[in-house]
Amino acid sequence: MIAFLLILIPLATGLLSFLIREEKTAKAFAFLASLATLAVSLLGLTLMNSESNLQFSAPWMSSLGSSFALKIDGMGQVLCLLTAIAYPLTFLGTWQASPKNANRFFGLMLLAQAGMMGVFLANDALLFYFCWELALIPMYFLASQWGGEKRIAVTFKFFVYTFLGSLLMLIGILYLQSQTPDHSFGLSAFYKLKIPASDQLWLFWLFFVAFAIKMPLFPFHTWQPDTYEQAPTATTMILSGVMVKMGLLGLIRWLMPVLPLASFQWGDVVMILAVIGIIYASLVAIRQDDLKRLIAYSSIAHISLMAAALFAENLSGTQGVMIQLFNHGVNIIGLWIIVEIIERRYGTRKISELGGLAQQAPVMAIFFVVIALANIALPLTNGFAGEFLMFNGLLSAQSNFKVVFTVLAGLGIILAAVYTLNMIRKTFYGEAVSLRVPVTDLKLNEQLALGLIVVIILWLGIYPQSMLELTDSFSKEWFSKIDVSYLFRK
Amino acid sequence: MNALIISAVLGVVMMFSGILLKQKSAIRTVAIAGILVLLGMSILDLKGIQLFSIDTREMIVFDHFALVFNTVIFAVVLLYLLLSAPDMEKVGVNYAEYFALIFFILCGATLVTSFKSLLILFLGIEIISIPLYILTGSDKRNLKGNEAALKYFLLGSFSTGLMLMGIALLYGARASFSTVISPAIIPQNMSLLYTGMILLLFAMAFKVSAAPFHFWTPDVYDGAPTVFTSFMATIVKVVVFFGFIRLFDDMFEPQQGQWRLWVTVMTAVTLFIGNITAVFQQSVKRMLAYSSIAQAGFMLFALYAMNGDGKEGLMLYTVAYSAATIGIFAVLARMSDYTFDGFNGLAKSQPMVAATLTVFLLSLAGIPLTAGFMAKFYMLKAALGTPGSLWLVIFAVLMAAVSVYYYFRVIQAMYFKEPGDTPHPAFPSFFKGMLLVLAFLVILLGVYPELLLGRLYF
Repeated sequence: MIAFLLILIPLATGLLSFLIREEKTAKAFAFLASLATLAVSLLGLTLMNSESNLQFSAPWMSSLGSSFALKIDGMGQVLCLLTAIAYPLTFLGTWQASPKNANRFFGLMLLAQAGMMGVFLANDALLFYFCWELALIPMYFLASQWGGEKRIAVTFKFFVYTFLGSLLMLIGILYLQSQTPDHSFGLSAFYKLKIPASDQLWLFWLFFVAFAIKMPLFPFHTWQPDTYEQAPTATTMILSGVMVKMGLLGLIRWLMPVLPLASFQWGDVVMILAVIGIIYASLVAIRQDDLKRLIAYSSIAHISLMAAALFAENLSGTQGVMIQLFNHGVNIIGLWIIVEIIERRYGTRKISELGGLAQQAPVMAIFFVVIALANIALPLTNGFAGEFLMFNGLLSAQSNFKVVFTVLAGLGIILAAVYTLNMIRKTFYGEAVSLRVPVTDLKLNEQLALGLIVVIILWLGIYPQSMLELTDSFSKEWFSKIDVSYLFRK
Repeated sequence: MNALIISAVLGVVMMFSGILLKQKSAIRTVAIAGILVLLGMSILDLKGIQLFSIDTREMIVFDHFALVFNTVIFAVVLLYLLLSAPDMEKVGVNYAEYFALIFFILCGATLVTSFKSLLILFLGIEIISIPLYILTGSDKRNLKGNEAALKYFLLGSFSTGLMLMGIALLYGARASFSTVISPAIIPQNMSLLYTGMILLLFAMAFKVSAAPFHFWTPDVYDGAPTVFTSFMATIVKVVVFFGFIRLFDDMFEPQQGQWRLWVTVMTAVTLFIGNITAVFQQSVKRMLAYSSIAQAGFMLFALYAMNGDGKEGLMLYTVAYSAATIGIFAVLARMSDYTFDGFNGLAKSQPMVAATLTVFLLSLAGIPLTAGFMAKFYMLKAALGTPGSLWLVIFAVLMAAVSVYYYFRVIQAMYFKEPGDTPHPAFPSFFKGMLLVLAFLVILLGVYPELLLGRLYF
């Protein structure tokens, strides 16, 4: 029931939101709706976490072999919690931004949440595909209606990229379905498949391209910086914090356990792409003057590292990815909130035009420094535990080039420190610039949102065990499905 | 059999109604009542109740699939008339005749969906085509319309010639007009059979505007009055497609190895030309003409695969594609500016119309949760059921991604651009209500396609 409610609440409230006339009511309604989803998600995590509560199944298109099957497993818990937390944080952090036609804006945001929840919970390939698109369409309308100047062309590119990727995935899904004995789209039926290695090798790419575009991995990333820059900040937060996780979830749930041989075979290729992505994105990030673009490129580097750790195919790397799925989402939303505040108060996002913010807004400076340090994974922040596990995983990968990959990925960490600290130095210290709006420091809602993020950062930094326990059994089971190394041992 | 006879009778009734009734709304009411009667007759047919018993000597066989298809077609025509009948007033003075011609076309349609003899197929195709030539040129003062009608007539006659030639050769080979394969009919001369088969393939490809026989389509669709373009591009097209598949399924199944390569090439070329050319259009009407070629490419998958999934897909395509296209054309017929810019800012002045148009366009583009997606889904599933078709399917998917470009141009104009100088027309509330019904249908079938497909088998 919990699983169904997690989709139903945002879907129903999203549709209802279109009917609200008053702008302020729409905002408050959306916030309350997101809190309700968060409450349900927390219930599923703590009080009502029995099997029956976390599963849901209803007949749907049974003649095709598809059903409305949902299940919250360990990874599902993490991602649902992230989605559920991300929305109230986003609404709270951008409370001052008042989009035109607020009812439609918040309605579309909530519909996208329903889609993403569906993607994270679906245990049926067709349902997964439907939700994948249900999440995309509202995002397209959000970004092209409320975005910046070049929004129409940029978001259209984003849409076509992801749409093409998802169509290729659809072919893959159809092929797999035709191979199952009872022609079923169910996840468990897919897991039982024994696809011959020669077929796995090409099927892999049909799925991989779809997921790589979403994450995005090099060389499928070109839509991402433009879209993040042009989309309204609230949309960018959800896009970068939650939506990119759809790609990683796709790899973890729908690709690697279904096609384990191909995942093993193509592991090195993916890792090379990921490492190129890390170095390239970090180098580009150093040269950026626009805060939004800088964070966008930094996100490419982080996501690439997660992909590499996944294809290292061992338990440590997997567990690292699991907690980093959550951490990356929370941290990047924190960064966007601060960028949004800076842009609204100073009228610019250009690093070269900013300076001395720490004197004018000391509280903001503290928040920003903590979140930025978490972004480069300093010990005692949440990023450290995740990245430590991931590097540990990379070093014990099966690949012959594991040392090269690890060293190059490690270089990415150093570069991340360079651009992040540089950004802090240039924007928060140095000569002060004049304010556009006379505001001294953070407002209450911003303090609340950022405070909550800092609490999460420190809590998971000091006690990551709480998150690791959640995904422990999932990771072990997953690893047993993808582990094919015994086939290659002499 | 009920529907076949009643549709012909209704055609005659409509002709006389033009003499007897002076008010256009009265004529319209008679036509809509007529199509309701026809729908009822078709449902009686489905239930097995025959009002007429005529021995057709196995030349016409109303099987269950054909009857379901006819019923669906009549339902679509009902929606079409409810939405677009008032707009036909603008075309010319012979209001009643337009409805008469439409009923004659439906009579031909019942023949094309249930023939078991090449003669009946030919008869059906001609009964459909000749009224269409007239409808294309029905706006007599419009030069473009006249040109389109003449072009359509000349090229249509040419394809009819090809078809007759093919039928003659097949008769030479098999000494029978029957499309049924039976031990009694043994083809004597295989080369005659193949030549006849290919000629029929070309003739039918012409009628469904599959490339490279599509050249008439953009000009004819563009030149014809918009309300009739809508009818031609949807109802007529899917009916002929149904006949196309019925012919090859019944008659040329053993020769599949010979014609599949032709169909493969035709599918790929149709998808390519339709989609790529649509990208460069400036007028929404012409874009829709090319889009109809592109969609024909997807429908060809049903012929290519020739399996159960393909037929189910065609059934879904019939409703999904027709509902969406009829809706878009109905709005287009009321617009003053047919270019993409004419749609600028429509969402601000007409939010309801823009929202329903968005649903239609998303359906044509094949976005999930719409019927258009399920239709494409079945087509891809059908094609993947035949070995060695992976590359064709991937190509089709790439082309579907291209199609997003031109469909979304309309959405972008409506939602993200500022309105131009010319004000948008007002839409009556009944019209808006009908659009909502169509949009609802598109979404309903997208979420729950079994509503329609469940009827196919029992």
